[in-house]
Amino acid sequence: MRKAIVTVMPKAGVLDPQGKAIGHALGTLGFAGVGEVRTGKIIELELTETDPAAAKAQAEEMARRLLANTVIESFRVELA
Amino acid sequence: MNAVILLFPGTNRERDMAIALEKATGRRPTILFHAETGLPAGTDLVVLPGGFSHGDYLRCGAMAARSPIMPAVAEFAAKGGHILGVCNGFQILTEAGLLPGALLRNASLRFLSMDCHLRVETASSPFTSHWQKHAIFRAPMAHGDGNYFADDNTLDRLEAEDRVAFRYVTPAGEPTGAANRNGACRNIAGILSENRRILGMMPHPEDLVDSLMGGTDGLPLFESIAASLATA
Repeated sequence: MRKAIVTVMPKAGVLDPQGKAIGHALGTLGFAGVGEVRTGKIIELELTETDPAAAKAQAEEMARRLLANTVIESFRVELA
Repeated sequence: MNAVILLFPGTNRERDMAIALEKATGRRPTILFHAETGLPAGTDLVVLPGGFSHGDYLRCGAMAARSPIMPAVAEFAAKGGHILGVCNGFQILTEAGLLPGALLRNASLRFLSMDCHLRVETASSPFTSHWQKHAIFRAPMAHGDGNYFADDNTLDRLEAEDRVAFRYVTPAGEPTGAANRNGACRNIAGILSENRRILGMMPHPEDLVDSLMGGTDGLPLFESIAASLATA
């Protein structure tokens, strides 16, 4: 088993109202010096593929076809 | 005209849609479950109604767009079939790549359940031919993710090709920021495919098709479909 970690983030220029709301709430709590806040998702996949390159390629294909919507999101795959 | 309404787990507006279609066409639509892999022979129109398919998990419409029925819908589209997607149906069509862009979380982060006013931006489509260009009508909306987004090139292309079907406007017809409650790019509420046979829109014209519902503002959409597909 190999674990792949897929990080999905909104692309630059795509509005992230959740990030904005979190940034605002941090300000309300008194945290100063917080610039832009962006939110995304982390998806952990357990893969039976043991070859690192093949496992990464598999997870990237999953990200392209389902886990991320590449119109609005970018993704990054790392193997744990 | 044979209409097929797709039913996904979590779809909840299929009955409203069936009533509106039957009222305009005189024929009761078929309701088809998402696990099917083919459309009935002789299908003229496929409708993806509103709801919260698959609990809006991952992204609204993301799971439904990968349902067993969707390859048949894509094939139907490729052959020039007519498709209407409303609310969650619009989200599914963008997720499936049948319409450009995406629907983001409302800019206000609030679920919007209220009436809005729409301006008909083109009467040149099988869905809008019974309106005059720039007609204004009222439509209910009920969504948390209706903020239409596409990159500037895509938006410019949609406008140049007359593919913006509806915009959010004030009751007087002005496309102001205040009328654009969900924050959609360029106040866009609905768009057409390149061949103009696929329409996706966020508000619900099917919920204003009878005076018992409080008005018939949405009826021209279904009359347009009935007239356009009458010979089919």
